[in-house]
Amino acid sequence: MADTLIRVRDLHKRFGELHVLRGVTLDVHRGERIAIVGSSGSGKSTLLRCINFMELPTEGTVELDGKVLGNERRGRDGQVIREYGESELCSVRERVGMVFQQFNLFPHMTALENVMEGLMTVKRLSRRAARDRANAQLTKVGLQDKVDTYPGKLSGGQQQRVAIARALAMDPEVLLFDEPTSSLDPELVGEVLSVIRALAEEGRTMLLVTHELGFAYHFADRVIFFADGRFYETGTPDAVLKHPQKERTQAFLARFSEFTF
Amino acid sequence: MEYTWDFGVVLANFPVLLRGVLLTLELWAIALALGLALGLGLGLARVSRRAWLNGTAIAYVEIFRNTPVLVQLIWFFFAFPIILGHQLTPFAAAVLGLTLNTSAYCAEIFRGGIQSIARGQWEGARALGMTYAMAMRRIVLPQVLKRMLPAFTNRGIELAKVTSLASVLAVHEVMYQGRLLSSTFYRPLEVLSVVAFIYFLLIYPGSYLSARLERRLATRD
Repeated sequence: MADTLIRVRDLHKRFGELHVLRGVTLDVHRGERIAIVGSSGSGKSTLLRCINFMELPTEGTVELDGKVLGNERRGRDGQVIREYGESELCSVRERVGMVFQQFNLFPHMTALENVMEGLMTVKRLSRRAARDRANAQLTKVGLQDKVDTYPGKLSGGQQQRVAIARALAMDPEVLLFDEPTSSLDPELVGEVLSVIRALAEEGRTMLLVTHELGFAYHFADRVIFFADGRFYETGTPDAVLKHPQKERTQAFLARFSEFTF
Repeated sequence: MEYTWDFGVVLANFPVLLRGVLLTLELWAIALALGLALGLGLGLARVSRRAWLNGTAIAYVEIFRNTPVLVQLIWFFFAFPIILGHQLTPFAAAVLGLTLNTSAYCAEIFRGGIQSIARGQWEGARALGMTYAMAMRRIVLPQVLKRMLPAFTNRGIELAKVTSLASVLAVHEVMYQGRLLSSTFYRPLEVLSVVAFIYFLLIYPGSYLSARLERRLATRD
């Protein structure tokens, strides 16, 4: 797997005093599926959000397909600052799709219009072409009979599937899933996970932040256990989730297995 | 005290009032359209990260919100010839004054509306690769218009009534015509009753339609 799509180097993110990411280095290969797990507040979502620049990293670099993003500039006190132009960030986000915990669908548009929106505004497809593609994507996530429904009238699971279709329609090179099932009722989790599993089988490059350890185990090529803004333990699903070597990974997993029967 | 109501003179001179109605409608429509457009620009400036834009918009809004419209109208009427070197017609001065005043209020409605839209909407749009301008135009503003419809309706109603102040600049709108009639025939009560009724007929359909639109939009979600 020599084909590296994303290279993250020594990434830091601070929110004021709060040092959330403390030096993250990561290579994502084309076609690879990575699951990131860890306690709430460990910074795993922030890492994901720095990769498509929903948050701007404080230090460090993100490289997409061989190109380091942003431009270096010397600050007043001599330290190096990276600046990111809007057009660069927009084209990065077009290539790096994201699915959010809270779906973030547009409530004033039907499911179909939600999926068409990026195609028409960003990809500049004609309305007809956008509609065809959006219909195909919604069919793929099993929502062909909900195309004209507004998000407010859809269940959480259906909304998240629309959101996945919306991200997929842009044909991104990598998909970021930020706890896609965390705000769903338990009985709706399955339908979203099975859509994600189907994408995995297509060989799409994906990063998934999740608390669904069972799903992570079957989904991922590589699992990263995140703690205190750093990679704490990484490896194959088997190595990290079944035979963790380090203490905090073991403690984290023990909390999850407490209630299995 | 005995008072005998006599609407005869008002009815006999009704065409005079009707001519005023036309001018009132013109003032209202033009000032509302321009005020909304300018208000949108100012509202966008208010949420801009550029400090100078933001600051300028704040100053503008505060000046126009915290001084009486009546003073603004008269002030512009007299100040314009000095600033621009040529006289404005009373109608133009009234349109200008009403527009600037109403735009300040509209700016605040737009600002409040834009800031009330959840951050996730921005993120949903930007994650697709939309620019700030695209996200604002396609995702945020449509939701602002819907959410702020009651506030915009209020502004429209307020503006319709405030057009009556243009009478002090001798714009022959319905209030001016009314005052003219009442001082000619010494029947201020009758004339003003009819004038008030006319304003009601002009404004009520607008608030009624807006309330219906609000209900229709609400059924979607």
